[in-house]
Amino acid sequence: MSSHDHDHHHHDHDHSELSDTELRVRALETILTEKGYVDPAALDLLIETYETKVGPRNGARVVARAWSDPAFRARLLSDATPAISELGYAGRQGEHIVAVENTPHLHNMVVCTLCSCYPWPVLGLPPVWYKSAPYRSKAVKDPRGVLADFGFDLPDGTDIRVWDSTAEIRYLVLPMRPAGTEGWSEQRLADLVTRDSMIGTGLPKQPHEVA
Amino acid sequence: MEGAHDMGGVAWSGPVHPEPDEPVFHAEWERRAFAITLAMAMPGGWNIDMSRFARENRPPEDYLSKSYYEIWLAGLERLMLERGLVAADEIETGKPLHPTKPVARTLSPDGVAAMLHRGGPTEREAKSPALFAVGDRVRARMIHPPTHTRLPRYVRGHVGTVELLHGVHVFPDSNSMGQENPQWLYTVTFDGRELWGPDGDATVKTSVDAWESYLEPA
Repeated sequence: MSSHDHDHHHHDHDHSELSDTELRVRALETILTEKGYVDPAALDLLIETYETKVGPRNGARVVARAWSDPAFRARLLSDATPAISELGYAGRQGEHIVAVENTPHLHNMVVCTLCSCYPWPVLGLPPVWYKSAPYRSKAVKDPRGVLADFGFDLPDGTDIRVWDSTAEIRYLVLPMRPAGTEGWSEQRLADLVTRDSMIGTGLPKQPHEVA
Repeated sequence: MEGAHDMGGVAWSGPVHPEPDEPVFHAEWERRAFAITLAMAMPGGWNIDMSRFARENRPPEDYLSKSYYEIWLAGLERLMLERGLVAADEIETGKPLHPTKPVARTLSPDGVAAMLHRGGPTEREAKSPALFAVGDRVRARMIHPPTHTRLPRYVRGHVGTVELLHGVHVFPDSNSMGQENPQWLYTVTFDGRELWGPDGDATVKTSVDAWESYLEPA
């Protein structure tokens, strides 16, 4: 797939394409509204939900809870869907969630090589790179190369486990709690949890980064 | 089907480009295309596998030249055209030209939260015992269906180990044609060298989620 954000060689081309597409989508919405198939107010609400309510802050709260509460961590790792719904996150594209835990010897990474499957209730909608050809092709064959693209290396002796989301099971990575966070509240811990650390293409922030 | 969407392991795609502080949408039309797609599934009556097939079933040059939401839009237009909800001349002119086809349901603002919370669970009651158990060695079948499938090419013919059982789930290959035909679903894990040969990374294991009929004993 082309990426409008990174493919600078085709910048002008993309701009004209964008406005054509913009017109096409506007016209389509008009037709569907006039036919009574869609209600623009419902569309506004769908957009607002994923722009302001459902996003990686949800997943960060789940991870922070797991770091703080051993019983919750155990529930999350044994059956993630009901554990996550304890925090109020459930539903579309998160009907069947599995949480996978990073350790000093094992790093988990999640991909969908066939399309863009992603745990919406905890991470929101996927970023462009997650849906892009480079990530979808490379993650299963050269995950260390992908991590290098994200600017980090794993220590020697850390194996990688890649989860290709080919069914309706959605995977959430439980990253390792950073050192130096003893006694932190869940709220402070959640500030360390990045979206990419829950996909496996990043690590949580270190305490000095949020000081 | 053998489409450009089946990207695992292909070598032509270059580095990953993360975008700092990426917005949820990059243009107003992406917002509307996303929302229209979600909302139209209700009057349209199609399921997720029909949607996926409508997006992926196109020539590679078409699939690869479109951005993500352009593919969504093309898939949505196809689904609506196939069901007579809109006509090609309406899409081309941007005007409603034909009588409205009656639909059973539409998505109201009041129904949005419930629709999202309900989602589309795919687990179904088991009617027969699972053929495989955790730890079993299984081979992903060498199949090339011309229709929708969720068995990626890069694992076909390779031997892996059953790691998780997920219960019985709607089978996408048939669901894309309107038949749920639920089957046992497994996470099957493959060694890097098994998938990629001597160039593979022996410290990497990769899994796919595979329905029972994708697998045979190894």
